[in-house]
Amino acid sequence: MSQTPLLQTIKLTKHYGDVTVLRNVSLDVRAGEIHALLGANGAGKSTLCKIISGLISPSDGTMQLAGANYAPQTKQQAEASGVEIVQQELNLIGTLSVAENLLLTRLPNRGGLLRSRLLHDQARRILDRFGLSQVATGAPVESLGVGHQQMVEIATALARQCRVLILDEPTAALSGTESEQLFGHLRGLREQGVGIIYISHRLDEVAAISDRITVLRDGQYVTTRKTASLRADDMVDLISGDAPQSQAARYQSHRTDEMALQVRSLTCGKVRDVSLQVHRGQRLGITGLVGSGRTECLRAIFGADVATSGEVMLRARPLGVRFSSPSQAVAAGLAMVTEDRRQNGLLLSQSIAVNTTLGSLWKRFSRWGLLQGAHERSVSSDMVDDLGIQCQTTQQSVATLSGGNQQKVAIAKWLVRDADVFLFDEPTRGIDVAARRRIYRLLESLSAQGKACVIVSSDLQELFENCDSIAVMCDGRLVETFERKNWSQEKIMRASFSGYIQAGDTMTGDTVIGDKMMGESV
Amino acid sequence: MNQSKWFQSVVQYGGLLLVLLLLVIVFSVSSNNFFQVSTLVTIANQIPDLTFLAVGMTLVLIVRGIDLSVGSLLALSSAVLGVLMVNQGWSIGSALVAAMLVAGLCGTINGLISVGLGIPSFIVTLGMLEIARGATKVVTDSQSVYIGSKVEWFGQPLGSVPFSPAFVVAVLAVIMGQFILTKTVFGRYCVAIGTNVEAVRMSGIRSAPYAIAVFGISGLMCGLAGLAQTSRLSTVDPNGAIGIELAAIAACVIGGTSLMGGRGSVVSSFIGVLIIQVLQTGLAQVGVSDANKQIITGTVIVVAVLLDALRIRWGKPT
Repeated sequence: MSQTPLLQTIKLTKHYGDVTVLRNVSLDVRAGEIHALLGANGAGKSTLCKIISGLISPSDGTMQLAGANYAPQTKQQAEASGVEIVQQELNLIGTLSVAENLLLTRLPNRGGLLRSRLLHDQARRILDRFGLSQVATGAPVESLGVGHQQMVEIATALARQCRVLILDEPTAALSGTESEQLFGHLRGLREQGVGIIYISHRLDEVAAISDRITVLRDGQYVTTRKTASLRADDMVDLISGDAPQSQAARYQSHRTDEMALQVRSLTCGKVRDVSLQVHRGQRLGITGLVGSGRTECLRAIFGADVATSGEVMLRARPLGVRFSSPSQAVAAGLAMVTEDRRQNGLLLSQSIAVNTTLGSLWKRFSRWGLLQGAHERSVSSDMVDDLGIQCQTTQQSVATLSGGNQQKVAIAKWLVRDADVFLFDEPTRGIDVAARRRIYRLLESLSAQGKACVIVSSDLQELFENCDSIAVMCDGRLVETFERKNWSQEKIMRASFSGYIQAGDTMTGDTVIGDKMMGESV
Repeated sequence: MNQSKWFQSVVQYGGLLLVLLLLVIVFSVSSNNFFQVSTLVTIANQIPDLTFLAVGMTLVLIVRGIDLSVGSLLALSSAVLGVLMVNQGWSIGSALVAAMLVAGLCGTINGLISVGLGIPSFIVTLGMLEIARGATKVVTDSQSVYIGSKVEWFGQPLGSVPFSPAFVVAVLAVIMGQFILTKTVFGRYCVAIGTNVEAVRMSGIRSAPYAIAVFGISGLMCGLAGLAQTSRLSTVDPNGAIGIELAAIAACVIGGTSLMGGRGSVVSSFIGVLIIQVLQTGLAQVGVSDANKQIITGTVIVVAVLLDALRIRWGKPT
């Protein structure tokens, strides 16, 4: 194993507006090593990898590849230099065949005419090499299962000659055997001197396959260690860091004894058997790693996706129901501020007034189906004042507002509609500090009015500041709920990772992971 | 407040009215016969059928649908009207109600299938275009049906006023349509659905009934358009109104209605109808050949849409 770094990043920094997502990160990857990148959500792993693979440009800092300056402006440039990335989302074209996807950038042709036989022969060789001999080269990619699609995606990257390979959560959709096959290939590439950057939440995998790990936290470099020197427990500690809980003292709870929302054994796709309860005036946080099913859980409660079993009980529906549409949920006193406000929270091209009143037109702003324009204007301008939405007029289109002000409009819609239980999905994602503070105050005043709030957030600090209790989801299940008096960042991190460390075992990392490594080295 | 509203209207309709004015000036200069009351009367009496269709089409486009079946539904309702009046001796009133019901039902079926089952309305209404045309031929036995004076009065200028009842009803439909679009919950939901149907759903609103109703309204408008055309021609023509759906779409688009949904105005579509008709009448008077008329009309459509796209692009801050 060569000790000179193959790829080196020097003080990489990335800002988005005022927000710094990556700060002075220096990382080195050697030829012939598998280097794992660890960190909680939003720690900057994906940002770092996107910079390395040319998908985004750094705000500051430089990179070197095999001793030469390396500053890719596009993914194509990075690939030309031998840096490949396999992203979390699939980048395949579903309607094209497996073979066409595998060789999309270099389809064998003669004068523009596809050479079908050659295409399929080449694809066959690649697939066989990756143990995918049961996958037909002519099958449309969309006809494959997600696991096979993921394998094809990985094979596409591995088939190209590369010096640095980045894998972002490659095993999320893979079965155990498929993962094993993948690890086999990665070890093969390591032998050939490829430098591999490997991102995964599955600490057992990381322990089994990586040579070194680098930990990022809040966009900053924490440490780089030899994997063999760490136990799973140590990794969790490094990822979570120390938990500053400065805001705790100022927190005022408004929780009452009266039940507002009770969810019993809700199951919906990825969400499995989730039970929770929220009292009036209570603020319940839900956290967990990306992909743990938090958003899906809220959607199932709200009827945006229809749950297959379980039930939801509200004051208006004490006997328990499973909502089959959001309109039923809203009628029963639920509100949901969605995570992706541009996609399903707001009518971007419409005005602030239209957005604010959208959910309550029949209820508050019409008589015999006729809109009451004056009332609409006065209520929406009250909302603009109350929430400090920065705009010229309420007739301005929402698209012209900043992210924070857009989010306030999305929330205003539900304040105007009113509800017993408010579900917030990442209420402060991508918005500035001032707007964030305003939303926190709003959460508090809602709970003071006896509303129940459920807040999904990746930002633990946010939940520490704003919640009475925090539930942790992992792999579609709600694994543990912590109260203000007994929570800590470390406990929550541990719970977040609990499903990804060998099932059933407590985290005696040494034995579990040690055994696994032994098994593989044989 | 009132003044700024006036100002807004001028901004909204100003560009279109300017185009219309320019056309009128160009034709008045190049033809001695154009700037006359008789031309105005001709145009006013040509446009009711297209106007009715454009009112319905505007709403359909706003909910991000499209209705290609309007020409065939116009012909079908005309056929129903004629056959009931001539063969069954119905009065014009009851025959009109029956014709509108048939067309409204067909439109509702368009809505139920496209909205309810999530099939693109382009395909569903294309199917209805064929079905309704075939039904028209079945109803009329593929023969024209002459009705005569019992319908003609509807399409002819009233004695003292140069406008026909059809024109007056069409203008009323435009006013109604614009009122529904801007002043009712229904209209607001239509705009919302066309802008982002998923956001509407997540706001706790069931959008399907509204979107389906819009297709039904488009059908009802076809019924009125059927009467307007029949009264103008005195006759049911089973092969009439072929391709008029494209003129209706063109009128809406010239008026600034977006094919991507969420944006449009019935009044603007009406101005679009006027522009198309002024162009047709004016070009005919100037003596332009049919072939060149088509080329010029097509160019005007594309240029109008282009200008609108640029207006929006410049209007956006980012």
